[in-house]
Amino acid sequence: MSSEPVIATGSATSTGSVGFLEFEKPLVRIQHDIEEMEREQREGRDDLTTEIKQQRSRLRSTTRRLYRNLTPWEAVLVARHPDRPLSTDYLKLIFQDFCELHGDRAFGDDKAVMTGFARIGGHRVLFVGHNKGKDVTERIACNFGCAHPEGYRKALLKMRLAEKYGLPIVSLIDTQGAYPGIGAEERGIAQAIAVNLMEMSKLRTPIVCVVIGEGGSGGALGIAVGDRVAMFQHAFYSVISPEGCAAILWKTADQRKHAAEALKLTAPDLRKLDLIDEIIPEPLGGAHRDPERAAASLEKYIVGSLNELKRRTIDTLLRKRYDHIRHLGAFFDDPSEAKPGKASAKAPAVRRAASRSIRLASRVPRAEEVPA
Amino acid sequence: MRMNLIPRARNAAGSVIVADKVDVPAGLWSRCDKCGHMVYEKEVEEALHVCPECGHHRRVDARTRIEQLVDPGSFEEFAMGLRSTDPLKFKDRIPYKERLQREQAKTGECEAVVVGKAFIRGRAVILTVMNPAFIMASMGAVVGEKVTRAIERAAEENLPLVIVSASGGARMQEGMVSLVQMAKTSAALARLGEAGGLYIVVATDPTTAGVAASFASLGDVILAEPNAMIGFAGPRVIANTINAELPEGFQRSEFMLEHGFVDRIVPRSDLRREIARIIDYCGK
Repeated sequence: MSSEPVIATGSATSTGSVGFLEFEKPLVRIQHDIEEMEREQREGRDDLTTEIKQQRSRLRSTTRRLYRNLTPWEAVLVARHPDRPLSTDYLKLIFQDFCELHGDRAFGDDKAVMTGFARIGGHRVLFVGHNKGKDVTERIACNFGCAHPEGYRKALLKMRLAEKYGLPIVSLIDTQGAYPGIGAEERGIAQAIAVNLMEMSKLRTPIVCVVIGEGGSGGALGIAVGDRVAMFQHAFYSVISPEGCAAILWKTADQRKHAAEALKLTAPDLRKLDLIDEIIPEPLGGAHRDPERAAASLEKYIVGSLNELKRRTIDTLLRKRYDHIRHLGAFFDDPSEAKPGKASAKAPAVRRAASRSIRLASRVPRAEEVPA
Repeated sequence: MRMNLIPRARNAAGSVIVADKVDVPAGLWSRCDKCGHMVYEKEVEEALHVCPECGHHRRVDARTRIEQLVDPGSFEEFAMGLRSTDPLKFKDRIPYKERLQREQAKTGECEAVVVGKAFIRGRAVILTVMNPAFIMASMGAVVGEKVTRAIERAAEENLPLVIVSASGGARMQEGMVSLVQMAKTSAALARLGEAGGLYIVVATDPTTAGVAASFASLGDVILAEPNAMIGFAGPRVIANTINAELPEGFQRSEFMLEHGFVDRIVPRSDLRREIARIIDYCGK
């Protein structure tokens, strides 16, 4: 949930009735002026067409300037913006004929994860997506997009169905994280996520994952293993929330901005680390300012990826998927590779470190000699 | 994902004992963290670092654990010396590089996991032991890689894989690099499973967060030491979220057994026998 205030603007305008974030203060003034002038124009007091045009252009250039230099913390705020399009919006905008499939056939139906058949760009697919909810009632019903074990198990059950009938899987990730609660622990949230990671690595059908907003740790990863993992330009994906990280490492949540920076959680940073495959561009000022354009951008990426992945044989697909996962985040020095002629460290993981015996002195009696 | 430096003491034999609190000078006697009894260190050590008064299983470092588990002199370590390259150039109150150096100096280990081939009661195994003395055995690129190499080695040599898990979770200082290790280790286990490999988990205190939500929950057989903390979210986070007290014994081995996520709770003194028995039953 956004902890930063959103500055509300007045009436709806042609530029959209979006709330402004703290760092967008310079935009509030301009937006306000435009609204004033438009009202005057409507009331027929003056012809302000030129002025309005000028102000609009100023609004665009200021937005461009602000968004070109978003700090990681600002990116977090944009990703959590209350008006940011959700997976349900994209379902309406770019998917057709959604046929929702409920339940994990074991415990219940977790509304924090939606699954079902859908069509996109001529492909029949299985849709999986976190659902944060559009209004208060919906948000409570789907737990603000924080899934319980049954959400991950439902996703896996439906993904297996997709595998059986040769449907590719499209997974949209947008969650603060898995729900931290007693029931979630009792029903094995850790095990549910772990099983998904293992199974998704070998599902015999193409999987395209996109982080559309918040990529909150294990709760995000639990439906984000596949052949392609992309992020929206202003989405973030992190091992822990900046607030959580600050509370643990700096001992105060006030350091969240520093934590956001240190964690390298933005799309460009993660692309540089080769942890995601692609950055999907957002309209100027973020997806919430123009959901249709954001959706078109997302559709292009999903359909392009599906076209490409469907050309591969399943065995090639799985081999490449595994090789990719196997070499993710290989940031280590391996002394056994430093030998001459073995200098390349691009894929250190495939090579085996040389074994060397270490003999330990036997100081502790063997277990069977110790009385229970 | 807690990564405080852990107060610790050294026992008479020099191995590192990880404890929540040490308020008695390290030496011959110490106070049990659980029951508060004064206990004779040598006696505790002989009981595999289990309190003779109350049965509290102390956290032990990787080398001590290996000694306790394997046939004497049978441990052959591999994938040694891997070190993090600090891909994020992470700095909180101190730079991550410095934190690593401190941990390395403190423990004499390069990283938070030790992997090797060993014999347990004459059965050859690939053994992976996490080291709670090293940044609470949090998983970064090196831990993920070493665990994965152990899994691959088990598949190649058709040997049972035994992982003694203990971890605060993913290593925050490596950010997303550490999160993807969950996917990497789990994918490697998928392959081991397809190759018919046997995988035994021994969950010890604490097995939480990113490690619980990946390889530590994927064992063919999951054993747990008594009263070990096993769970996904931190208890404080849960208590704050639901704004209520947590039930007694929440997220402990016994709780996990009751809810169906642990096969057997095994006291430390029985681990060798139990592991060997399971290997024999599975015909490995």
